[in-house]
Amino acid sequence: MAKIPVTFTHNGTDRAAFADPGQNLLEFLRRGLGDLSPKYGCGQGACGACTVTIDGQTQLACLVLAETVQGRDVRTAAGLADGATLDPLQEAFMDHFAAQCGYCTPGMLVSARALLDTNPTPTREEVIEAISGNLCRCTGYEPIIEAILSVAGRRATA
Amino acid sequence: MSAQSGKNGFELRKDLFADERDDNLNEIGKRIRRQDIEGHVTGRSPFYDDHLFDGLLHIRCVRSPHHHARIRRIDTSRAAGMDGVVRIVTGADVPVNLNTLLSLLDFGLDDEPVLSHAKVAYKGEPVAAVIAATEAQARAAAQAVQVDWEVLPHVLDVEEALKPGAPTVNETYPANAFVYHGKYDHQKLRYGDVDRALAEADHVVEGRYEMSPIEQAPIETCGAIAAQEQNGRYVCYTGTQALFFSLGTASKVLNLPSSRLHFIGGTVGGGFGGKVDSIHEPLAILGTMLTGRPCKSQWDREEEMQVGAPRGAERWYVTDGVMKDGRITARKFTGYFDSGAYTRLSSYAIIKGVGHLPGPYTIPNVYADVYCVYTNRTPATAMRGFGITGVDFAIEAHMDKVAERVGMNPVDLRILNAYRDGDMKAHRRVAKNCALVECCQVAAEKAGVRLSPDPLAATSMTGGGGPRGALPAHTATDENGRVEGFSSGSYAQKDGVSVQPVAASKAPAMATGQRAPGGGSTPPQGVSAPSPAPPAPVPSQPAAKKPARSGAMRFSSLSGFRRR
Repeated sequence: MAKIPVTFTHNGTDRAAFADPGQNLLEFLRRGLGDLSPKYGCGQGACGACTVTIDGQTQLACLVLAETVQGRDVRTAAGLADGATLDPLQEAFMDHFAAQCGYCTPGMLVSARALLDTNPTPTREEVIEAISGNLCRCTGYEPIIEAILSVAGRRATA
Repeated sequence: MSAQSGKNGFELRKDLFADERDDNLNEIGKRIRRQDIEGHVTGRSPFYDDHLFDGLLHIRCVRSPHHHARIRRIDTSRAAGMDGVVRIVTGADVPVNLNTLLSLLDFGLDDEPVLSHAKVAYKGEPVAAVIAATEAQARAAAQAVQVDWEVLPHVLDVEEALKPGAPTVNETYPANAFVYHGKYDHQKLRYGDVDRALAEADHVVEGRYEMSPIEQAPIETCGAIAAQEQNGRYVCYTGTQALFFSLGTASKVLNLPSSRLHFIGGTVGGGFGGKVDSIHEPLAILGTMLTGRPCKSQWDREEEMQVGAPRGAERWYVTDGVMKDGRITARKFTGYFDSGAYTRLSSYAIIKGVGHLPGPYTIPNVYADVYCVYTNRTPATAMRGFGITGVDFAIEAHMDKVAERVGMNPVDLRILNAYRDGDMKAHRRVAKNCALVECCQVAAEKAGVRLSPDPLAATSMTGGGGPRGALPAHTATDENGRVEGFSSGSYAQKDGVSVQPVAASKAPAMATGQRAPGGGSTPPQGVSAPSPAPPAPVPSQPAAKKPARSGAMRFSSLSGFRRR
């Protein structure tokens, strides 16, 4: 089976790897690159656990062909922190008890980061809309919304 | 009153829980960092699927498209030759291919194969497992396995399943009901004399309540990865909620001492009760044993929904005897838990549920017959508060119905009948630390419901005990639902049934020998089609005959032996 070379930017670093034909971006990131932060939850674009950004747009990695990220900028939850310094959004999730089992958390964080990058002071409704594609079966939505709004508030007053 | 008001309107009424722990916990409403939170927000928490192995093989099961069918033949020849296929596993490859989860607690008879080879009793039941280099290859080959099915009549309703002539779902319990205490086809609760109290009541209020199955639906689907360690030891990364339970189960069905199993878990991507069934661990380890390579068994979302065991359906009939002033003097239940095709944890859920009856109310006469029923539906298992949640819905819906009948405010009715400290409960324990009265008062206040003066002044700490704390002078008992042929001494065997080797005749000789000494028996698999009448016990081998009340048989995960 012929492999497909893919060069792209992964969390700010240039990477080159081979994808299998038909392989989705989720498997490519996890097995190929060892970035285990995007999670498999459904494989059919329903749960949001595999949410990543491609050129700043949120995408479901399970529905993206790996080879299509050639030359593009892919970011995952593993790239949110700057070395040992966590993103304020990660700190906010920690302070607000915004994770229980933690399985939806990386995808949730990616969606929230993408929102704040384009809209630093979202309303509560805009936060809810932004994470509407990320299912949390522990149903801890309220602390998650509070955590995201707390970062928005801090940025807004900064 | 030592109430503490916290954020979010929490109020801790420690006065009501005076003899609980005396340390002054006040964490509710505060922001506390979870000990595992940093891993969660950085994506570093090690879920089972986050362990990478070079050369990992993927396991996909071949599943029944039928609710109930006999397996005439499984033809794996075409699938075995397909790209990437390393091995195809069937029931004959499983060392001990019959188990019940609670055999580890000596509760219930082995009734469920890992991979069925005689018949299937629910849609999606696995009959073979394909092990291949990629998931796609395993999936394609699983589709290519040919199974010759003989479709059998099925039953999907609990009450239909208990009628004479219903198809036998589970050959271990031919009458389609779990056998409690080796004696009865249902779990009994008898407290006082319900029939007399109903006859003397001012009102008799009847109700029928039903709950659908509920899927736990964790975002992380169930699964496990196994790999060889060294010295014949296997490591298993798993999403189980019950690590040692899964280890014990794997040890039993694989006939391996637990010292050869190294289970790593504890990071669970949502469980809610649905990750205790220990299905993937034995399969992944078996795959590794047979191929010498790391193997992963993982449900996709469709399997999680169709095959993953839900909270089972329940149906309840409730009859209350009520006096004009709202006092409930009798409560009678007939309950049916839909266990699906196999027992899993439903038998235990009923024990829990019956201990909860009649709900948090002091009722002097209580009666319950609760059946754990086998149907050709997906086996049921644990989910949050299981055994309790369904019947609580029935009880509280029924309380509203009773309130309507006697013309009372439903909150007043609950306070009037609520447990007080010192009251005797139907399971013969004295109630303490009751707080239902106070909860009702607060809920009524917040909801703007006006209570009558007496309920408003009531407390859980007064009015209980005394005659309310005494056992009934007379409890009516009966032998309804008596069954024969099962031992009362141990759930792990049938009394007087001959010792059978493990169902899969290819099981290693050692496995057979190990199971024999206690007289533990396995009913023959694949008994002929039409449902047999309740079992005439097979003549016993004299050596295996048990005394009437034998000591409990225990399964040791260390040695794999069943022993006294």
